[in-house]
Amino acid sequence: MPSDQERILARAAREVVAGQIVNLGIGLPTRLFHYLPEDMEVLIHSENGVLGCQPLASGREADLEMIDSGGAYIGTRPGASVFDSALSFAMIRRSRVDITFMGAFEVDQAGNLANWKIPGKFSPGIGGAMELAQKVDTLVVLCSHNDKHGNPKILRHCRLPLTAPRCVSRIITEKAVMQVTAAGLEVIDIAEGLEVAALRAATEAELIIDESRLGRF
Amino acid sequence: MTLLNHKHSTIEAAIASIPHGAVIMVGGFGSPGTPFALLDELLAQGQTGLTLIKNDANEPDIGIGRLIRAGRVDRLLTSHIGLNRIAIEEMNQGRLAVEMYPQGLLAEKIRCAGAGHYGFLTDIGLDTEIAAGRREIECDGRTWAIEPAIRADIALVHADLADAYGNLVYRGTAINFNPLMAMAADRTIAQAFEIRSPGSLMPEAIHTPCAFVSQVVQVDPVTSEQGRRAHAI
Repeated sequence: MPSDQERILARAAREVVAGQIVNLGIGLPTRLFHYLPEDMEVLIHSENGVLGCQPLASGREADLEMIDSGGAYIGTRPGASVFDSALSFAMIRRSRVDITFMGAFEVDQAGNLANWKIPGKFSPGIGGAMELAQKVDTLVVLCSHNDKHGNPKILRHCRLPLTAPRCVSRIITEKAVMQVTAAGLEVIDIAEGLEVAALRAATEAELIIDESRLGRF
Repeated sequence: MTLLNHKHSTIEAAIASIPHGAVIMVGGFGSPGTPFALLDELLAQGQTGLTLIKNDANEPDIGIGRLIRAGRVDRLLTSHIGLNRIAIEEMNQGRLAVEMYPQGLLAEKIRCAGAGHYGFLTDIGLDTEIAAGRREIECDGRTWAIEPAIRADIALVHADLADAYGNLVYRGTAINFNPLMAMAADRTIAQAFEIRSPGSLMPEAIHTPCAFVSQVVQVDPVTSEQGRRAHAI
């Protein structure tokens, strides 16, 4: 049995198309690199100013001037470039990054995303999340379906301060893959062995489910 | 502006020109590009009441983390301070005024000052809580927020290579905010691991032309090693 995180990452890797420019958020999304085929031609963008980064090969000594936005030492692949922070965000605002993967505290059925601030508890600053969320055409949220107390994270309306409104394309949790559509939140895939009723019970958002078309992952 | 042939300076003299209460831009995203030697000298010389502008707050015991810990900083303009628990504590206790900006807006506000403009119009952050307090205008049928540029008295930047006129070449992800800040401050002090004679850098390889640099200081990569280390995550 894969762990919940492995299930999310393995499913998320299927969202990436060869030839794309891909941004991976801090935390779980950063690990997505390891789930992509080794020979896949994609360039990973990191907003501190690199296009074409990859994890440091094991046994290679770190170059102290080469990190990703999460602070990990990185290498680069053929075709990589480095640039200043204004240019890095110009690339984002001009929608030259094709797809970005991010975590979430809350996400709702209209595609609103909250992932940067819990008033009174957690407010270290938004970093690059706001511009990525607002400007990258395809935003895929990778998160656990419920918080550590079991409360739903997939909501009717976000309660926390938004990172950006109506920005999410798709949500991948260990329980389901959900597409944000004009009609609402449509379940594309459901986890192996999970009943539809159990998915609905773990979710606050209204889910559109057509059982005849439902995939498994 | 310092004359071309008078820019090569000692670190002591360069930092001694910074007054108490200065508004200082500091290059770096995490450790790479942070001018650690210049910051350590600033700590040693004792200037206080500083306003710092930096992407992040480094970590508690390195870079601007040391200045914050020593109580030298009144105000910090930044985008994320998650790796510095002391800075978060100082902010929560009200001893450090922190202004948070989305990272790309912070970079663009600095770039804009460096390009000699008042500000720019953007749609970033409309309908979010950062929109509070921003002026908005209608242009071509759409709403835009006015984002004023951010300037500074001094910029402290880190380059890999320099020449004695102050031409700068950065390396890897140590570029980040450095070339933007070098243009956005009234005076820019650059540290570099190597300072060559004018003519030895390829003109088309120079990131920051010397016109934007006031003083250049050679630092030893070994003494800066303390700051060039892994992040906590």
